[in-house]
Amino acid sequence: MSDTFEEPAPAKHRSVDPQDENLSRFELVREGARRDGVEIVHYAPRFPIPGTKAERRVERTIALCFLLTGLFGLAFVVIFVAMKFAYTPGNNSAKYFTPLLGVTLGLALLGVGLGVIIWAKKLLPEEVAVEKRHLGGSDPDDKKIMGGQLVHIVDETGVTRRPLLKGALLLGLAPVGLAAIVLPVGGLIKDPHAGGDPLMNTGFDPKNNDGNPVPLVRENGTGIRPEDVSVGGQITAYPGIPDGATNKWADSPILLIHLREDDAQKARDNLARIPLNAPTASDPDGSMWENFVAYSKICTHLGCPASLYEQQTNRLLCPCHQSQFLITDNAKPIFGPATRRLPMLPIIVNDEGFFVARSDFGIPVGPAFWERP
Amino acid sequence: MKKRRFDLKALPAAAGTEIDDRLHAAGPLRKLMNKVFPDHWSFLLGEIALWSFVILLLTGTFLTLFFDPSMEEVVYNGSYVPLRGVSMSRAFETSLNISFDVRGGLIMRQMHHWAALLFMAGIVVHMFRTFFTGAFRKPRELNWIVGVLLFWLGMVEGLFGYSLPDDALSGTGLRVMNAIVLSIPVIGSWSAWAGFGGEYPGTEIIPRFYTLHVLLIPAILVALVTVHLVLLLLQKHTQWPGPGRTNHNVVGERMVPRYAAKMGGFFLINFAVIAIMAGLFQINPIWIFGPYKAAVVSAGSQPDWYVMFLDGSARLFPAWEIRLWGYTVPPIFWPAVVLPGILTMLPIIYPFIEARRLKDKQSHNLLQRPRDVPNRTGLGAMAIAFYVVLVLSGGNDIIADQFNISLNATTWAGRIGLLLLPPIAYWVVYRICLGLQQHDREVLAHGVETGIIRRLPDGKFVEIHQPLGPVDEHGHSELEYAGWAVPKKMNRLGALVPTVRGFFFPVERPGRPAIGNGRRGDGSAPVSPAPQDRPELEEADRR
Repeated sequence: MSDTFEEPAPAKHRSVDPQDENLSRFELVREGARRDGVEIVHYAPRFPIPGTKAERRVERTIALCFLLTGLFGLAFVVIFVAMKFAYTPGNNSAKYFTPLLGVTLGLALLGVGLGVIIWAKKLLPEEVAVEKRHLGGSDPDDKKIMGGQLVHIVDETGVTRRPLLKGALLLGLAPVGLAAIVLPVGGLIKDPHAGGDPLMNTGFDPKNNDGNPVPLVRENGTGIRPEDVSVGGQITAYPGIPDGATNKWADSPILLIHLREDDAQKARDNLARIPLNAPTASDPDGSMWENFVAYSKICTHLGCPASLYEQQTNRLLCPCHQSQFLITDNAKPIFGPATRRLPMLPIIVNDEGFFVARSDFGIPVGPAFWERP
Repeated sequence: MKKRRFDLKALPAAAGTEIDDRLHAAGPLRKLMNKVFPDHWSFLLGEIALWSFVILLLTGTFLTLFFDPSMEEVVYNGSYVPLRGVSMSRAFETSLNISFDVRGGLIMRQMHHWAALLFMAGIVVHMFRTFFTGAFRKPRELNWIVGVLLFWLGMVEGLFGYSLPDDALSGTGLRVMNAIVLSIPVIGSWSAWAGFGGEYPGTEIIPRFYTLHVLLIPAILVALVTVHLVLLLLQKHTQWPGPGRTNHNVVGERMVPRYAAKMGGFFLINFAVIAIMAGLFQINPIWIFGPYKAAVVSAGSQPDWYVMFLDGSARLFPAWEIRLWGYTVPPIFWPAVVLPGILTMLPIIYPFIEARRLKDKQSHNLLQRPRDVPNRTGLGAMAIAFYVVLVLSGGNDIIADQFNISLNATTWAGRIGLLLLPPIAYWVVYRICLGLQQHDREVLAHGVETGIIRRLPDGKFVEIHQPLGPVDEHGHSELEYAGWAVPKKMNRLGALVPTVRGFFFPVERPGRPAIGNGRRGDGSAPVSPAPQDRPELEEADRR
């Protein structure tokens, strides 16, 4: 394409002396444009006769825009300063504070914006300017000189004929490069498995309760008795340790569910599928206690609370990515992106009649990671 | 001694001279002001992003004056009654204070949020424009790459920004981010510990995000936006083909005054729209979500729209976990780490792939109509179909709820649609492009349909066509397609437009020319003399 293209002949014009006092201002502007490679090929006023009806109409429109800006700007300031905005419950005028601010500020800005644009489009002279554009790279001479200059710099340093310097420089810089990585990143690195391996444990680990079984408590710290949860009901429970219900123990929340008799029987029958939950000689109930089951509330997909319990189908749905877990079968995932069942917390009722965790979950809670056993 | 008189009229000239004596700016400044910009509505799309970014900087600075990114637990005692006495982080408390106790704070917060949404939307539509018109081709590949980086950085910036208030929704988002980092093979848990400063959530993540959100990422964004604009100035804007427009020139108007005035006006209108939206449309009502608690979530948890496609991919990806030699690769690694990686690299290398495929080493300054490059347009449609399925899947619970569809069915529809719809979109769009091309050629050969039916002596009816150029004995023109819109309606040829304009009396005026921007005289770019040499009047202006 560029082979066949011919540069258009430069427009013929007399050479202009900008210092010439007889030049009109437009001629000066056009000369300036020409010096910058821009040819103004069309330039015409919108309204060749000043003061026509059409022109005055445009002027009035623009003036109206600016005046409306003033009006709404003033309204904005008055509302901002004078209106009561403090929150009070119920339907009251303070609720209109922000909407009124938005509308008045918006209309004020819209007025001045529209005014400027109408001014530019309807009143400023129309023009067509053509600017030359250079295809490809720089001038061949510039390219050649630059290339020579760069190679010359390399020559000047003599790196090519001084291999000792080259090697020494590389050996010297390598550790500095490492330092540039170590310095900002090093401070951030922490061993995720230090300090009791928090990825593998939760607040229900007895070590958090001086080695005693950790009770299941409500958010306010009170214990939970079996009779507190109606049949088919559920309750969110936390480890009964200091700050157990806060975000400090974000992996620990569980859902304690009181299954109906036949559902509980199904759940009991299925317990044996998972060795960790299965009944043993010492606990014939397995991880369940009578008709109660307790599962980690932290979704095994991405860690959202899987908290939408559908009583009729015994499914637990995570509202973030719609993984569904079957409560009557060890909370195995039956739909959605989750791959692993919700860990089950082995529970029992202690002598005082409150639920406690017999041990921790036994497997990591929440989303998976590389070294997850 | 003669008293020196102060001459107000000479002041601008004197000041200008003094400044120029020091800065030597007259020449370069004139060159900048004389820069020619071509005009087309589609060139405005990028400006939406630019101006939204300016508003983000302004409103964001205001918000930092009142926000405290601390995860320290406090008990709320502000003016929002329903949350009084609730324990929450200091970050959430100060976000509530901005909303309820700082005068004008809520509208600033909402302007910041709406501007962020508009910023990303502006980037996306601007990218569509650049892609479909081939504006990314040589010599502009570098600027295209800068644009792609701006999209991803903008997304991360937005993600960090809406994580800061530490409400129930953003906390859930943080947890998801933590899980995504955990899923990276080998270094996952170490990376999560490095980022969060320990086990999730810890007390460091929000202060760290705050530093990134208000300092590091905005600084990079400002730098990249500057590079983007400087490259635009250096390489000059692309233009649509048209009379007088070649690969070797730019036809348009000089930057100052008209173009700059329109840009400034557009900034104000952009600002106005954001202000009105911020006033009327509630966004991110954190006081309804409440503070973040690990056990609390509500149904219908969606991130901001620009992250929804990743949420969608997390929802759609099947439960495929890889277990190898006692190690785990969680399924989320693929849709949330690998997919964004691919989606970053693919657009970056696309200009080079296309140039290589077409063996195209030329520089291109003329844009292409999407219909003239059916293959690229089809690929773009494919990408959009893929993206739209992901975005819709990011809200599939809402769709299921609103349209009474089974939730599981929407998930499966997304999974199947993600694989099926892109190729269909490619095929459909490819055919549409060919059809449009064919119609252009048809009009060039046969002329425009006039709507006038003539009955021939033998009883046959024919429609009269208005040829666009000289015709041969069969009434066919031999016009070459010029890469630009072909007039297809009579009023594009100067026939009267329908009389719908005018308030009291109908305004009957010839239609605008099809070529150019509808400005009179622009289509043919006549060389006209300076104003003082143009005494002739135009009737239309005297009305």
